[in-house]
Amino acid sequence: MPDPIHQFEVKRLFPLEIFGVDATFTNSALFMVAGVILSFGLLMYASRGRSLVPSRMQSVAESLYEFVAGMVRDSMGEQGMKFFPLIFTFFMFILTLNMLGMIPGFFTVTSQLWVTAALAILVFLTVIVVGFAKNGLGFLKLFVPDGVPIYVLPLVSLIEVISFFSRPLSHSLRLFANMLAGHITLKVFAGFIIMLLGAGGAASAIAPLPLLAVLGITALEFLVAFLQAYVFTMLTCMYLNDALHPGH
Amino acid sequence: MTEPVTTGTEVPTGTANKVFPPLDPTTLAPQLVWLTITFVALYFLLKKIAIPRIGGVIEERQNRIQRDIDAAEKLKDEVNGAMKAYEKSLADARGNATAIARSNHEKLTAETDRERAAVEAATNKKLADAEARITEMKQKALASVGEIASEIAGPVIKQLTGKDVSADEVKRALNPGAGE
Repeated sequence: MPDPIHQFEVKRLFPLEIFGVDATFTNSALFMVAGVILSFGLLMYASRGRSLVPSRMQSVAESLYEFVAGMVRDSMGEQGMKFFPLIFTFFMFILTLNMLGMIPGFFTVTSQLWVTAALAILVFLTVIVVGFAKNGLGFLKLFVPDGVPIYVLPLVSLIEVISFFSRPLSHSLRLFANMLAGHITLKVFAGFIIMLLGAGGAASAIAPLPLLAVLGITALEFLVAFLQAYVFTMLTCMYLNDALHPGH
Repeated sequence: MTEPVTTGTEVPTGTANKVFPPLDPTTLAPQLVWLTITFVALYFLLKKIAIPRIGGVIEERQNRIQRDIDAAEKLKDEVNGAMKAYEKSLADARGNATAIARSNHEKLTAETDRERAAVEAATNKKLADAEARITEMKQKALASVGEIASEIAGPVIKQLTGKDVSADEVKRALNPGAGE
């Protein structure tokens, strides 16, 4: 049976060092670069006509734009639109890398914990910086919900602080674990097909069953790939909204 | 199956130094470097080029739609104005028509009345004349009857009685009150 973990191995393609830091160009880096080129190229190609009545491709680009813009407006209001480029970048980056990973044999960058953790920490730091820059110490009101009796306030604040600091953890693990588990499941079920065929006889007869399962899971994984990009972006919007409006 | 089977999230234990690849700490630095490069690159590409381009098209469309809606609104107002003017002139025309019809009717009625009155007056006059003539003729006729009676009374009496009676006597006998 093929090793289902093998696909997550980061391979060093050619060594590189920047300011003494190991910046080896890996397959992970290759797919990040590909993701950037693909997402930007697709948006540019789709919107090349700039027509008033959009072509099919153009409306894809516009739907992506409007989808994220709607998310930003709904969660943060019109003033959140200054974060739109950042949030759109998150969405396009994660969506493209998730989708690239769905192609057999391709590397899934978002199944690397370091990558999702770095993205989540970027969101976390942005929230803190924007929160203090916008509200000063008023940002700490985030930990003091309104309308809570004074004798339970310390407990509630403690919970709020813990939940705030565990955000990057859940934020990064959600994306990482979903992509990892999905790809492992696919690989394991695909391995079953080969195993059953190899066993011969009656076992071969039930080989189509895991094949059907793989078909179903593949469809599900496409949904997950989109959904996780959406969830990550949505949570980013909600966290940034806390930075803009710390009072609950 | 001699090789260790990895069936899920567990760390493969095949070789001693092998770690779970998605958590391999040696890949942390190179991935972070390239993540930073690519993410920042994508951020600026989208912010400076793609977003203004797509957003511009959407905004332009919105403006265009708004303009069209405004124009349509204006035309609708104009149509409403024209409609109102049309209805007003229609109502005016109807009013005028009614007025003209009424005045014509009155004029005709008055003329007819006048003519009828004239005809009636003429007829009445003729009637009265005729009646007067009839009365006169009747009286004349009646008067003649008396004369005729007295004229034939003399001969009749002479024939019957053989007595000659004067005309005056006959007359007195016929009209007892007249001779006194």
